[in-house]
Amino acid sequence: MSPTTTAPAPGTTPPTATQQHNDHTTNRLRRLGRLRQVNWAGASAAWFWLLVVALPLYWIVATSFKEQASYFGSNPLSPPSSPTLENYRLVIESDFVRYFINSTIVALGTVVPAVLVSFMAAFAIVRDGSNRFLRATNGLFLAGLAIPLQATIIPVYLIIIRLHLYDSLLAIILPSIAFAIPLSVLVLSNFIRDVPKELFESMRLDGCTDWMTMWRLAFPLVRPALVTVSIYNGLTVWNGFLLPLVLTQSPTQRTLPLALWTFQGQYGVNVPAVLASVVLTTVPILVLYALGRRQMLSGLTAGIGK
Amino acid sequence: MTTPAPSPSRSSSSSPAGQQSLTWFALPALIFVVIFGVVPLVGIVALSFTTWDGIGSVSANGLSNWKDVITDPGMPKALWVTFLVMALSWLVQTPMSLLIGVFLAGHQRYRALLAVIYFVPLLLSSAAIAITWKALLDPNFGLGTGLGIGLLNQDWLGKGPLALSIVIFIVAWQFVPFHSLIYQGGVRQIPASLYEAAQLDGAGRIRQFFSITLPQLKFTIITSSTLMVVGSLTFFDLIFVLTAGGPGDATRVLALDMYIRGFRGNLMGPASVIAVILVLVGLSLALLLRRLGGTNNNESMLEGA
Repeated sequence: MSPTTTAPAPGTTPPTATQQHNDHTTNRLRRLGRLRQVNWAGASAAWFWLLVVALPLYWIVATSFKEQASYFGSNPLSPPSSPTLENYRLVIESDFVRYFINSTIVALGTVVPAVLVSFMAAFAIVRDGSNRFLRATNGLFLAGLAIPLQATIIPVYLIIIRLHLYDSLLAIILPSIAFAIPLSVLVLSNFIRDVPKELFESMRLDGCTDWMTMWRLAFPLVRPALVTVSIYNGLTVWNGFLLPLVLTQSPTQRTLPLALWTFQGQYGVNVPAVLASVVLTTVPILVLYALGRRQMLSGLTAGIGK
Repeated sequence: MTTPAPSPSRSSSSSPAGQQSLTWFALPALIFVVIFGVVPLVGIVALSFTTWDGIGSVSANGLSNWKDVITDPGMPKALWVTFLVMALSWLVQTPMSLLIGVFLAGHQRYRALLAVIYFVPLLLSSAAIAITWKALLDPNFGLGTGLGIGLLNQDWLGKGPLALSIVIFIVAWQFVPFHSLIYQGGVRQIPASLYEAAQLDGAGRIRQFFSITLPQLKFTIITSSTLMVVGSLTFFDLIFVLTAGGPGDATRVLALDMYIRGFRGNLMGPASVIAVILVLVGLSLALLLRRLGGTNNNESMLEGA
């Protein structure tokens, strides 16, 4: 039915295919064989979706270099005829440097403690699995995964007010750490579980305490998972909107997503400037993406298998 | 969320021989989760029986919030819109992600390039995405006007059903790549021998897809669907920036309804009622999907792929 059959099944193997793939391993041959058949439906869907994704992205970048005057009346998809950095200047002059610093503080202030305490908890949960208290703690974290955390925003707001933290970056950081913990513990404990027991045993025989074993053995061994979890949490916090919206108020405490929103409210008609602000807030993430695409993709799917 | 609170068992008898209890290693994480997770969760239930304007003091008022919210026609409407967004975005995303995921699992030449561009929407904040599409769809200076294509030149966000479809489309724009990635991983784990056997039996491509690929992807589909469905309850920022729930209440999902009642209307009591409903909906959906998943994922709803 198809031009090429897959495996070299006796009697049915087409001679050309066998010659062609003689050098490959059976596994590779099988995969190639299966995928030689062009998946037309999948291919059209994939290319169509590429267009759907890429066109707006192109439009954002192209438009952000256009003059506001020339944006109107010209073909919105044409490349900028006289590229200008004017829009970017306007965005930067609108205090975006400060918002950028705020976002960086919030992201680092959340990710570093969140990953460290999650790692410690994951280590305890894996290494002391028979401890009922730790098992209950783990159960609590797992249950936390099923809860839409936004729903708890009103009491979080009340707690932050009572702690006299309202309208500060710490108000965003503290709940963000808590929200990041359940998934981080899940992913990290899956990785710590894979560390061979003999390694822990030999550390113990060498007289290392659990504390030393945790930092000297487990920490370096699960470094890839730590990076993955940090990226995932970092991205979530960097892009977070609800917590800054509810827990801060003054422009000096504004983070980037919130700044984008207020900037758009202010300069909504100036489409090129609004898009320049979108580009500027995304650049740090895109740079990270370019540097570590693999890490980032595994970070985005953190917790789904591993 | 069940919160069993056994006393910290520091007895070394429950720990491996010669090892000290590691309980305190988990305490920092536990304290954070209790203060900003467990306490707020109990808090929304408590606050749903009180009056609070967000500034002054909190005072109990019994069941009146619940009566108000349940008799308010806005509540079933928000529940319905939430359900629509959930169901339609699942219907749009799942076939598309499956198709693309199966395709990406192959070894086409341009796959790497496709993959690089696909994931950019995942990196953008929902606020940035909403702002971009708002500008792109603007009836006065958006893409439609610029290109002079009448069909594209509509008041996309100004009409109820149209605005809802746009929300679903943008959600798909943001998340189809992510779910394609999940399916790609799932497809790669299907043993090639299954396809060989099917081919020997003379099964065609389409038959193979429905008889092998789909059944083999059962757990992947459940994982992806769980993330889609539970995730759809949290489309707050996208809709808030894009339409603010409008026009009218056409796109006012539960999360938005909660925010608007609580932080705009200063009615934290009724907003807490909505929050309780939101948690209950989320939990029951997660449990339902987990039951569908059978015994494979006994640890968490995110595992099993």
